[in-house]
Amino acid sequence: MTVYAALGAIEQGLVYGIMVIGVYLTFRILDFPDLTVDGSLPLGASISAVAITNGINPYYSLVFALLGGFVAGMITAILNTKFKILHLLASILTMIALYSINIRIMGGPNIALLGSDTVFDAVIAWGIPGQYAAILIFAVFALAVTGFIVWFLKTELGMAILATGDNPRMITSLGVNTHMVIILGVGLSNGLVALSGALIAQNQGAADVGMGIGTIIAGLASVIIGETIFGDRNIARAFVAALLGSVVYRLAIALALGLDFGGFSFNPSDLNLITAILVVIALVAPNIKKKVVAR
Amino acid sequence: MKRIIQSFLLAVVSCMFAAQVYAASYTISVNQFVEHPALDAVLQGLQDYLKDANVDVAYNIHNAQANMPTANQIAQQMIGEEADLLVAIATPSSQACAQALKKAPDSLKRPMLFSAVTDPVAAGLVDDLEKPGGLITGVSDLLPVKKHLEMVFEFQPDIKRLGVLYNAGEANSKAILASIIELSEEMGFEVVEATAPKTADVYQAAKSLVGRADAVFVPTDNTIISALESVVKVGVQSKMPIFAADVNSVERGAAAAMGFDYYKHGYQTGAMAEKVLKGAPPADIPVEFQEELQLQINVKYAEMMGITPPQSLLDKAAKIYE
Repeated sequence: MTVYAALGAIEQGLVYGIMVIGVYLTFRILDFPDLTVDGSLPLGASISAVAITNGINPYYSLVFALLGGFVAGMITAILNTKFKILHLLASILTMIALYSINIRIMGGPNIALLGSDTVFDAVIAWGIPGQYAAILIFAVFALAVTGFIVWFLKTELGMAILATGDNPRMITSLGVNTHMVIILGVGLSNGLVALSGALIAQNQGAADVGMGIGTIIAGLASVIIGETIFGDRNIARAFVAALLGSVVYRLAIALALGLDFGGFSFNPSDLNLITAILVVIALVAPNIKKKVVAR
Repeated sequence: MKRIIQSFLLAVVSCMFAAQVYAASYTISVNQFVEHPALDAVLQGLQDYLKDANVDVAYNIHNAQANMPTANQIAQQMIGEEADLLVAIATPSSQACAQALKKAPDSLKRPMLFSAVTDPVAAGLVDDLEKPGGLITGVSDLLPVKKHLEMVFEFQPDIKRLGVLYNAGEANSKAILASIIELSEEMGFEVVEATAPKTADVYQAAKSLVGRADAVFVPTDNTIISALESVVKVGVQSKMPIFAADVNSVERGAAAAMGFDYYKHGYQTGAMAEKVLKGAPPADIPVEFQEELQLQINVKYAEMMGITPPQSLLDKAAKIYE
C-alpha cells in the first residue's frame, strides 16, 4: 500500500463514514434494519449533481441532497409504521423505487461532474493541494455529523429515539408517539446517507445510478468492525467507532489492492476475497491477543 | 487504546507485503471495471500489442469487480503506484481515474488512456475528440448503429418489432437506444424496450419480450452481456433470434454480431499506449474509434432460434461458428 493509496482510503473511509453513522442510527439505535441506503446514497448524488449542473452552489446542493434523503427515509418508515409493512420489505421497496427515481432525476443514468464546481474548489483556492482538500473537507463533515448526532441523542427527542429502539413498549406507555420517532429517525439516517452520496459524487467526478450497489454491505461491515475494534461503551464512543470502522474497512481494501508476497501476486479478481480475509484478521486479532496474554 | 494500537500495528506489518514492481522499462497501471469477456479481451489485446511490439512493460492490474467505490480507490492506488501510464477500461473506471488524476499533485500526474468508453465527451473525459488537450485520450467504442441494424435486417428481413434489451442504468446503452429509435422510423420498424437493472433480472426481461418482439438486439451493455447466456436460452426456447453488438457474444450463442472485436479494440489501445510511453503527449493524440467492423455468425444457434443465415452474409462473415 503506497502512502497515496492510504490517504485515498482514509478519504473514502471518512466520506463513507457519514453513511455509516446513518446506518448505525437505524441498525443499532433504532433497531430498524434499513436497506433504503442503497437507493438514498445515489439519490443524494443525483440531486447534488443536477443542482450543480443547473448552476446552484455546491454547498447548497448538499442541503437539497440531505432533504431528499430525509424524505426517502420517511417513506420507508411510513410504509413500516402506518401501513404495517415489515421494515426490511418496506426499505427494499423504497430502495428499488429509488433506482427509477434517480434515473428520472438525472434524466439518464450518469451525470459527469468532471470540471464542474464542487465543494472542494473553495478549499483548493486557499492553496491546499487537491489530494488533501478532500480529506480535510470529509474530516470536517464527518466530525460535524458525529458531533451533531451525539448531541442530538442527548436532547429530549434524541432520548425518545434511543428509548424507542431499546424498549418500545415502555416509551409508548410514557406517552411518546413511537411512529413519529421512527419516521424522524429513519429520515435523519437517510438524510445523512444522501449527504454522503452527494459528497462522494462531487469527489469522484460523476453521479451514477449504480454507485449505491453494496452500500448497506459496506455500512454494516463498517459498523461491526468499529464496534469490535474500538468498542461501544457509550454513545459518543460508539459513533466515533462507527466512523473509524469505515476507515478500517477502506484501508483493508487498499491493502488488498496492493498485496503481493514476493514473486507471488494475487489475481485482480481475488480482491473481494482478500478484503474479507483482512477484515476477519482485524476482527479476530484482539481476541487472540487477549487469550495469549491470559495464558 | 491497546486495541487501536494493535490494529494500527497490524496495518503497518501488512504494509510490508505491499506491491513492489519488478524492474521493467515501463510500468502500466490498469483499472478495469468488471470481469466480463469483452473487457477481459480489451486487456488481453492491450498486453498482446505491447508484447508483439517488443515493449517491455510491467503491469499493475486492478479490477473493481463492478463496485464504484472500489473503482475510486483503485484510481487513487494507481496514482500512488507512479506508473508511466494509466489505462482505464470502461466508463466508470475512466471517470474515477480522470478525477483521481485531477486531484493528484503535479509530480504524480501521468498520462491516461481510456478504452471501451462509448461517449468520452459526455462522460467528461475529454473536451474535444480531435484535440483532447489534457493528459487523457483513448479509444472509444461508439457503435455505428446503422451498420448493425442493416445487418440484422439482411439476416431477417421480416422484422416488424425489434426488441432492445438493456440496463437503463448504463449511459452507453441509453445513447445507443436513442439512435435505434431515431433509425426505426427511417427503416420502418417498431422498437420494443425491456430493461434489466441487474444481471439477475436479465432472464426475466428477456422473457418479457417473447411474443412482443420478432428479434432482439443486445447493445454493448455490461449488465446484459454479463448474463447473455440467459438471453440466448430464452431466444432458443421461444424461437426469437438474438443479435448482439459485440462479436464476443456470438461465440456465446448470439445468432450474429457485426461488431467490435474487443480484442482488436484493446490492440488499438496498445498501439496508442506505445506512442504515449515513447513520449507523445496525449493532448495531441485524437480519440480513436474502431474503423473495421467484423461480422461473425453462429449458424448452430441461429438455426436453433429458427432462422437460417442468408448466403450473402455467410460470404461476408469473418468467422462462422457451426
